[in-house]
Amino acid sequence: MSSSGEGSLIGGRPRIFLVEDHAVFRAGVKAELGDAVELVGEADEATAAVELISERLPDVVLLDVHLPGGGGLAVLRGVLPHHPEVQFLALSVSDAPEDVIDVIRAGARGYITKTISGPELLQAVYRVAAGDAVFSPRLAGFVLDAFAHGGATPAAGLDPELDQLSPREREVLRLIARGYTYKEVARDLTISAKTVESHVSSVLRKLQLSTRHELTRWATDRRLV
Amino acid sequence: MPPHVARRLRTLRRTEDNRVLGGVCGAVSRATGIDVTWVRVGFVLSCIASGIMVFVYAVAWLMIPLEGQSTTIFSRAIKDKHGIRLVLAVEVPLLILLQIIAGTLHVAYIGFISWPTLLAAGLGVLIWRNADEAEKDFIDHEVVPLLGNDFHGQRRHLLILRVAAGVAIGGFGIALLVEGHTTAAALRPVGGAALLVAAAIVVFGPWWLTLVRDLIAERQARVRAEERAQMAAHVHDSVLQTLALIQRSSDDPQNVVRLARAQERELRAWLFEGHPPGVISEDATMLAEGIALLQRQVEADHGIAVQVVVVGDCELDEPLRALLDAAREATVNAAKWSGADQVSIYAEVEPETVELYVRDRGQGFDRASVPEDRRGIAQSIESRVTRFGGEAVIRSAPGEGAEVQLFMPRRERVK
Repeated sequence: MSSSGEGSLIGGRPRIFLVEDHAVFRAGVKAELGDAVELVGEADEATAAVELISERLPDVVLLDVHLPGGGGLAVLRGVLPHHPEVQFLALSVSDAPEDVIDVIRAGARGYITKTISGPELLQAVYRVAAGDAVFSPRLAGFVLDAFAHGGATPAAGLDPELDQLSPREREVLRLIARGYTYKEVARDLTISAKTVESHVSSVLRKLQLSTRHELTRWATDRRLV
Repeated sequence: MPPHVARRLRTLRRTEDNRVLGGVCGAVSRATGIDVTWVRVGFVLSCIASGIMVFVYAVAWLMIPLEGQSTTIFSRAIKDKHGIRLVLAVEVPLLILLQIIAGTLHVAYIGFISWPTLLAAGLGVLIWRNADEAEKDFIDHEVVPLLGNDFHGQRRHLLILRVAAGVAIGGFGIALLVEGHTTAAALRPVGGAALLVAAAIVVFGPWWLTLVRDLIAERQARVRAEERAQMAAHVHDSVLQTLALIQRSSDDPQNVVRLARAQERELRAWLFEGHPPGVISEDATMLAEGIALLQRQVEADHGIAVQVVVVGDCELDEPLRALLDAAREATVNAAKWSGADQVSIYAEVEPETVELYVRDRGQGFDRASVPEDRRGIAQSIESRVTRFGGEAVIRSAPGEGAEVQLFMPRRERVK
């Protein structure tokens, strides 16, 4: 079986799994995605979600960050080590920076808020299914903020590249934070859409691999505001 | 008891508005016509003369109903099995112990003072447990702090004062004892008493500890109940009301969105930022705060979603307030004219400048061909920021939405 997200997408609708504890919201998401995707299952708590996802191996898991039984993090940690091909898109109503940073660092390919419109949600699902990263303006803002305080002291012996955003990546993120779509970003910077994708994916990688302790500290600081 | 006295006693009511503790002095003052201050002075003096008055006060607190009520705290306390057990469990061993100490040392006044005070303290516990909600609230917030029971916070000096007083009294007591028994051998009774106290602590200590824990748990439960009530009140006042409004205006989608957004923001501010609902300051001192305020107002006035992303933050000075004014105008402009259902604001604080972008994906416009009145708006946006050395760039093309870019140099630079 072709296990990569892109592979199984060819000629078909992405196979979606929905993890969300609010029945009303679940129904809303299902209605919005409609026939554009194939819904292969849903769960309302972490343990059941891990089991079902491991069994059905969907292309994309729509994952609520706040979930009974350990939250979205527990699902990510339960599935990804065994099935790294499953892509996760985090959904949250909280917007609390530490939640967002945590799920991204645990392996989610993107983060969107629950107020996202139907077409945007669908677009995000397709993008994640294709193996790309999805940055909402807010997530872009978080990342810029977290990486903003330059001159940080990276932990010794680690790749310093991981602890900084390149000027181009910053530019891309700032445009996304300003509400630009990837296509608009590409046009504005006169680069190809594919290049935008690769910049965003690279930022996501840095976000996941960076050991900057500022990231955590920044998130906790923000919480206390 | 003569009938008219009995009648008068029955109609006795503790005062609610003029009270220091339970309002008993107020009740006496009202019944006798003597000014309450004199009643209080008399009461305090009699307490000093004889500890029994403290006990009498506690009994009166229990037995006299509060103004506007017909039931007494006593009527509830009598059913409070747990409370009575608790009081007895602490007091009986203590009283026995005191009696023994007073007996061995031949100091009658120890028993004389401690009996009524201890009993009054027991009644106090019963009162605290069985008073109605309003009075409990009064006790928790007005009376308990008088005891210096609040260890965290400004009442610390009270605690120090209490400890100092305790040490002084204790020292005085020891001095008296030593003076009364000049030979060392006669100090034996003191040693015996100390041993007795130690024995009592060993025997009853753990039990007392659990009782104290019970009391603490009860108090915490009460605090939690209060919080819950507050939460319920808030949810009712805001969320449920808004939901009702939304149901009523289900045929007006824009209004539904406006209501939902406003409610969402208020709830968010309450849950995640700790702003009490309804009292969000209308005057911001920080940039992010100012933008949030702007967002709130535009969303409320124009029924449009405003998405805000702020990177960094700094204090608002005059130029930055002008920047915010310009941003507000740009946002309102977009809300009114663009036809888009969402406006994005992005602000970034950099060491040298603050940048702010207001963007919509509406119909856009060609600056050369806009009507006079809209051009005026564009100009006023520009003039607001250029006055302080800033810069405004408006980018738009028909069908492509619009973006207003605002830049303001920072006066107060950070390293």
